Amino acid sequence: MLPVIGLVAALLLIWEGSKLLFGISDQRLPHLGDIVATMFTRTQGGNGPLLLVQMLINAWATLRVAMGGFFIGGLLGFGLALLFMRMPILERGLMPYVIGSQTVPILAIAPMVVVSLGRMGAEPWVAKIFVAAYLTFFPVTIGMLRGLRSASPQSLDLMRSYAASSLQTFWKLRLPASLPYLFASLKIAASASVIGAIVAELPSGSSEGIGVMILNAAQFYNSRPPALYLAILVAGLIGVVFYGLVALAERLIVKR
Amino acid sequence: MDTPIIEFERVSKIYQGGAGPVTALHDVTLRIAAGEFIALIGPSGCGKSTLMRLIGDLEQPSNGTVRIKAKTPDQARRDRDYGIVFQSPVLYDWRTIRKNVELPLEIMGRPKEQRHQRAMELLKLVGLGDFGDAYPHQLSGGMQQRASIARALSFAPSILLMDEPFGALDEITRERLQLELLSIWWEAEPRPTVIFVTHSIPEAVFLADRVVVMSPRPGRVQRVVEVNLARPRAFETREDPQFFALVTEVRECLRATETAG
Repeated sequence: MLPVIGLVAALLLIWEGSKLLFGISDQRLPHLGDIVATMFTRTQGGNGPLLLVQMLINAWATLRVAMGGFFIGGLLGFGLALLFMRMPILERGLMPYVIGSQTVPILAIAPMVVVSLGRMGAEPWVAKIFVAAYLTFFPVTIGMLRGLRSASPQSLDLMRSYAASSLQTFWKLRLPASLPYLFASLKIAASASVIGAIVAELPSGSSEGIGVMILNAAQFYNSRPPALYLAILVAGLIGVVFYGLVALAERLIVKR
Repeated sequence: MDTPIIEFERVSKIYQGGAGPVTALHDVTLRIAAGEFIALIGPSGCGKSTLMRLIGDLEQPSNGTVRIKAKTPDQARRDRDYGIVFQSPVLYDWRTIRKNVELPLEIMGRPKEQRHQRAMELLKLVGLGDFGDAYPHQLSGGMQQRASIARALSFAPSILLMDEPFGALDEITRERLQLELLSIWWEAEPRPTVIFVTHSIPEAVFLADRVVVMSPRPGRVQRVVEVNLARPRAFETREDPQFFALVTEVRECLRATETAG
């Protein structure tokens, strides 16, 4: 806990210190105190909930989408890794497309997905989950494939000497050996899915989510800079929370 | 000799390498009786590990035939005739020591109670009775290798294949484990046939009934040295003049393979 407190204190010092030292205006870099203060201003002209509460409600909406995308993308990545392990020919054939899919900027794809799925009559959350899953499956595929191949030749020789079936070899050796790799990629996927969810909220039409909050705050940036900083902080918080959940799951599942 | 448990008939093994074919083993004929303790010794590249792997059906011969209990090695493997110990313990680090010893029994579908009991029995035998619930990384290298031996013995295989099992251990641990291995093997009922790959001459002589001396390029059997030291062997065996004479004999034999090759 002490290092965390120390780091926060250091950040405070750098933030306010550079404002003082370089004379950065409140317009470009608001005081931390002002950012905290905006948390407790009321929305909707003084009749709505606190801004912080509104932000958190929207953050929850984003986290739900990210989790949905994470789950679907994770399953897809897991399935692809299994398929590639069993059939290396398929890996050679499909891997270039998988890598290509990740090279195209998500900002270019998200509006296409949102608009075309919307025209097909799908609910808005379907498109958001799709984009989140799109960013999730890739690290999981790569990490899981590496993990499934991480069992040493000798540990496989042992399984062979016990005349173990390939299913037994999978459950008792390949899968448990892959878990550390799987969780490393799930941690990357957790933050990627949050980015996917936020980006999918940006095209017009979304009514909720931290992406919408960021857009709104950006529009009113000239009159009220601290709100955008708050929105960005909350967006970061979503990623940290999700990462923490995955790390917790790892500690419960991976024994050694 | 009784009907041999392991029979090599003019066996060769050729690997197709990037730089052309490499003959790892050339024209090996060898008979090993049930319950024998055989040491395979020779410089690196002499094919001693390949010979062991051919017995265990981890590799297949290019020429000639290998018979195990008058069966193919593949059939013998399916009948669970082999227990294997490698130079590194190869314990699964997500399983406790006891769970590692139970692994083969789990795969063979033995009931849980029986598995548990057998694992504890073997862990006591190798001096790890109190470490069943520890994870592999919590144990020293010597203890891990003991656990690996317990795992290989858990299903009472008729053939024990050991590939330089004590090669990574310090001299003191190594000599102690040699004695322990001998007493475990001597008291086991039925007594398994042991194929023990090593490049330590005193180790080979101390443990084995026969030392198979191999020479490299291509790997072949140079000579088989009979070790007629009394059993059960003890700490004092290593100080026996006859022990020294046999060590010298094997050493001379190995030197002859060098000058010949």
